[in-house]
Amino acid sequence: MSDILVSEQSAPGPGGSGRPSGRLLEVDDLRVEFRTRDGVAKVINGVTYHVDAGETLAVLGESGSGKSVTAQTIMGILDTPPGFVTGGQVRFHGKDMLRMSDEERRRIRGEGIAMIFQDALSALNPVFTVGFQIAEQFRVRRGMGRAEAKKRAIDMLDQVKIPNAKGRFNNYPHQFSGGMRQRAMIAMSLALDPEVLIADEPTTALDVTVQAQIMDLLAELQRERQMGMILITHDLGVVADVADRIAVMYAGRIVEEADVYELYAKPAHPYTLGLIDSIPRLDEKGQQLRTIKGLPPNLMNIPPGCPFNPRCPMAQPVCREKVPPLLQVGPARASACHFAEELVNRV
Amino acid sequence: MGRYLLRRLLQLVPVFIGTTFLIYWLVWAVPGDPFAGKCGERRCPDQYIAFMTEKYHLDQNVFVQYGNYMKNLLQGDFGQTFSQRDIGDIIATAYPNTLKLALVALAIEAVIGLGAGVLTGLRRNGFLDNLVLVSTLFLIALPVFVVGFVLQWLLGVQWGLVKPTVSSEMRWSELIVPGFVLGSASVAYIARVARTSIAENRRADYVRTAIAKGLPMRRVVGVHLLRNSLIPVVTLLGTDLGALMGGAIVTEGIFGINGIGRAVYRAIVTKESATVVGIVVVLVLVYLVMNLLVDLLYAALDPRIRYE
Repeated sequence: MSDILVSEQSAPGPGGSGRPSGRLLEVDDLRVEFRTRDGVAKVINGVTYHVDAGETLAVLGESGSGKSVTAQTIMGILDTPPGFVTGGQVRFHGKDMLRMSDEERRRIRGEGIAMIFQDALSALNPVFTVGFQIAEQFRVRRGMGRAEAKKRAIDMLDQVKIPNAKGRFNNYPHQFSGGMRQRAMIAMSLALDPEVLIADEPTTALDVTVQAQIMDLLAELQRERQMGMILITHDLGVVADVADRIAVMYAGRIVEEADVYELYAKPAHPYTLGLIDSIPRLDEKGQQLRTIKGLPPNLMNIPPGCPFNPRCPMAQPVCREKVPPLLQVGPARASACHFAEELVNRV
Repeated sequence: MGRYLLRRLLQLVPVFIGTTFLIYWLVWAVPGDPFAGKCGERRCPDQYIAFMTEKYHLDQNVFVQYGNYMKNLLQGDFGQTFSQRDIGDIIATAYPNTLKLALVALAIEAVIGLGAGVLTGLRRNGFLDNLVLVSTLFLIALPVFVVGFVLQWLLGVQWGLVKPTVSSEMRWSELIVPGFVLGSASVAYIARVARTSIAENRRADYVRTAIAKGLPMRRVVGVHLLRNSLIPVVTLLGTDLGALMGGAIVTEGIFGINGIGRAVYRAIVTKESATVVGIVVVLVLVYLVMNLLVDLLYAALDPRIRYE
């Protein structure tokens, strides 16, 4: 079954000549703004990242950093208005999705790129059974009959390790526990065997013990299916386990991108450093927790220069004047800080 | 579910008794001589009055009268008019006509109201949205008899598109214009409620999920969005059937339809209290049954509503 899918999808369309980078999914200099009555909020200000088959990219950032909006733009579920894409590309197999017809984009959803959401209770339709919502994928997108779709849906519930999958087929979302609901959500998004899975804070709404189970399940499924996965989170602990690479976002920009080990060992941006330092540590028990002082910038009025400069302990006059570009600071890592070299090279 | 239904049916009993008693009491408490004008120009003979008083228990207090009435009613006997006509017959001829008219009105409400509500709820602030908002406000503000006479005159007399009145055969096609008149205010309310409900649910997370699944927009709206938005609309539609039937007096008058509106009007004018009570009692039943149906429909629409 997966062979059929791959052959269907790996053929790039006639317009897929973009840049022959061979990347599975690339976000290139994406810009999004929200036009509200109070003014224009520049939510995404030139985000660039990519994910390849079989790897997990973690997108890390505080609320309002634009990590979810980027994902919504990739999926084409950005609320317009108020959200408008003002520049950049989202290339899937080299083809810019932002310039595709609605019908072309729709076909990619679920089958090429699928998404799971933070709160499975509100993300699942309350008035349809969980089984119906999974089987719907097979019936509508694959044209299967009722019985076959049901069989496949139960098989999906099995794959996400829902006990008694057959019996739970006819349950409604509110009859599931939080963890089981998120499993059902995962089953639904993986039904069409997508090449990329975007997981938008998939464990935020769950108990800590359940969080670990869901992350393990996601990591396992990702490995088995060799999917590319974009894991959106604000939780550094979650990231360390499963991610291959990390992109840190701040005020709608990528401020640092690195391999997961290097990023933890030697952050090349003061914001990343602040994030790592603010994790509670047992060996510093009793001392006050370190925090990043100040608040994220108002996106309607981003400070000139580096958007992090008002909160940055290392800020110099240049930081208030020049926006630091995202530059290479070593093999496969980049940072948007005027003093990235100093940070990486300090001992 | 079975137990819930039984309990709901049992609850209907006191409500039914309470409402019917109130109606009975109010109607019989209307001042004036029930025999005035019954015997032409002259005063009715004492013998007649004595006979009728005996027959209708007019000398008893209202509780006894009501008890007698209910006893007969439970055996399917609505009693007789003062001119010895079976009230059951009057009800049996008038009700189907009104029901037919009310069903046409309800269908028009559902189709036009829901259609307009869905279209405008999905695209708010567009031309269509403003058109619907203004026209529904217009319909709500206009009294039914104005809508009725204007449409009758325009479509029936001036342009000759339809017959100005409805024939005694009550063909469905003849009922479209009267049905629209009867349901005009409700169409407007349904459209507005549906619009709000659709617009609210349009931004719901599960709609976003349905889009992210790559379902065609038709299915996202028609299956995922509509089902969740229908609950307030169904409430309005269900409870409206009773209101439509009770409110058909004006519409039936304008279009010459022989329904309960006319029957009740005639009965009130001629002080035929038993007829008034009989017709209204059936109307109460319609209300009660529709309310129960609406409650049962909720569960079909939203599985989170449980009947325990």
